Amino acid sequence: MFAFVMRRLAVAIPTLLLLIIFSFILMHLAPGGPFSQERELPAQVLANLNEKYGLNDPLWKQIWNYLTGIVLHFDFGPSFVYPDRTVNELIASGFPVTLTYGTLSFIVAILAGVSLGVIAAIWHNSWLDYLAVGISIGAQVLPNFVMAPILVLVFTLWYRLLPGGGWSFTDPTFWIMPVIALATSYMASIARITRSSMLEVLGSNHIRTARAKGMPEHRVIIRHALKPAMLPVISYLGPVFVSMITGSVVIDIYFSTGGIGKAFVDSALNRDYAVMMGVTILVGALTILFNLIVDILYAWIDPKIRY
Amino acid sequence: MALLEINDLSVRFQTNDGEVRAVNDVNLTVDPGETLGVVGESGSGKSQLSFALMGLLARNGRASGSVRFDGQEILNAPPKLMNRIRAEKIAMIFQDPMTSLNPYMRVADQMAEVLTLHKGMTKREAVAEAVRMLDAVKIPDAQGRVRLYPHEFSGGMRQRVMIAMALLCKPRLLIADEPTTALDVTVQAQIMQLLADLQREFGMAMILITHDMGVVAGSCERVVVMYGGRIRERAPVGPLFSAPAHPYTQGLLAAIPRVDHQGDELAAIPGSPPNMTRPPAGCAFEPRCPYRRAECATREPALDGFDEGRARACFAPLQDVLAHRETVHLAEDEAAIASPDEQDEAIPAAAIAGAGVAGTPSTVDKP
Repeated sequence: MFAFVMRRLAVAIPTLLLLIIFSFILMHLAPGGPFSQERELPAQVLANLNEKYGLNDPLWKQIWNYLTGIVLHFDFGPSFVYPDRTVNELIASGFPVTLTYGTLSFIVAILAGVSLGVIAAIWHNSWLDYLAVGISIGAQVLPNFVMAPILVLVFTLWYRLLPGGGWSFTDPTFWIMPVIALATSYMASIARITRSSMLEVLGSNHIRTARAKGMPEHRVIIRHALKPAMLPVISYLGPVFVSMITGSVVIDIYFSTGGIGKAFVDSALNRDYAVMMGVTILVGALTILFNLIVDILYAWIDPKIRY
Repeated sequence: MALLEINDLSVRFQTNDGEVRAVNDVNLTVDPGETLGVVGESGSGKSQLSFALMGLLARNGRASGSVRFDGQEILNAPPKLMNRIRAEKIAMIFQDPMTSLNPYMRVADQMAEVLTLHKGMTKREAVAEAVRMLDAVKIPDAQGRVRLYPHEFSGGMRQRVMIAMALLCKPRLLIADEPTTALDVTVQAQIMQLLADLQREFGMAMILITHDMGVVAGSCERVVVMYGGRIRERAPVGPLFSAPAHPYTQGLLAAIPRVDHQGDELAAIPGSPPNMTRPPAGCAFEPRCPYRRAECATREPALDGFDEGRARACFAPLQDVLAHRETVHLAEDEAAIASPDEQDEAIPAAAIAGAGVAGTPSTVDKP
């Protein structure tokens, strides 16, 4: 297992390298640049800016400089658009926010989704099943950009219970609406996967054996059915966790939470090369990490899997 | 007094294709310590019969009638009572040892949980008892292997683990649902021998469900033959083989391949088992029966006793059936070929037998 993890981490380095090179090239192929604006800058100013940020160098040299900056100094460069801030600072200020509400949303989505799915499967074809399926379909079809304004309307404007936006690490009332808005559709997907996988497991032979041994039904479900039923859910959770903690731009915009989701989209729109690269690398690294965690969890659940 | 007494047991499944009548009005008894064989082809209802009395029917199945164990009614009993019965009185082993053990748990944990839950043992005591039981089913190095997962055992060894697990609470009745079907022939013989030894050792009764007449001949004292969800013949094992009194039993016996008849085509009963969503009005075996007569198509024959411990459900006179046994070649009987519309039935009937009644009929699913 240890060797497996080491091997996977070793493979992660060339993977990230390729990711950086491809994104860098694609980014520069896209028309426009960080300094293209509606009103053209004077030619001399533009030339000086390009010179300052090294944009006149050949592409391979730019990539090389960028990579050495990361490897030697863990420096992802200055923002092209906000000259007083570095990418490290931008990510350091935005990422903790997204990490907080993303992790909370992740936990909420799992708890609610798995419960709904298990309930639906146990009481298959009963009113509880229909209710659970109804809730998850409802949650699935309600996108977060619809969910967010409805939440603000109800809880801020009508009932005046929750702040309509902003962020505070100390006041949980700021967390509630972003978490609900982000968790809802993921919860629905988790519920659907859990339900179908649980139904399949409950129909399997070893569950019949457990019942034949005189195990009470709750024990059959918790001890014998839940673990195998979670396998497909877990493989879904890896990528989901990454997309949740790297933030949703919709959440950042509606609730002014200041997470990196908004920073990412803004950087793409502004061609803020350094910020774009920084966030891309962050997402890539997290994806690799969580896929590894999923694989480890798989081996922990299913003894037939050995690395 | 009989250990197990089944009266008018019927099993119905609600499916998308309508109601499947898997078991119909079955009556039988099992005495303490005896081995009863239940024989029939796929879809005859023999497995569903055993699931019904264990309370293990699929969700869309309903059992009616009466099952008394030691005088106590257990059919559709409340879950709490049923769990005690399952753990301590009636144990069951299944056809497919590859999938019937929990692949995600160590053998020790799977076995120990029965004892910790029902006998109040500590985990340590329970594992020690599990090891003793694995020894009893002749698993070498039981002490070491109890820590393994099921996939680390071979098929025959897994069935031994299944048997050991079933016997942990010293049940008084063991239901073995085709225990050797998934195993190769030499392992089959070992497992059957093991079951016989353990049965003697623990003094338990056994219901052996099988389609293998060889297994029946080797292990059972009494046999019931099922077809279309009903008992067709009931007999002690000797007379069943020497003088089968029901046309279907004769067909089953004729279909056993014989070493001394090399080169011949294998004998088979023509036609297919009936579609139990639309069971025939009369005897379910009528379309395939060489002895059939007018009344067979309209009335269901009753199971009537005719000799010591023997009964059969057939309208054809007993003498005719017994006398013709040697001369009739079932496979060549032209009369047994069904009329055209019944042949159309043959495909759905086979599909039902394979996918539905034999295993667990698919539930009414709303995706």
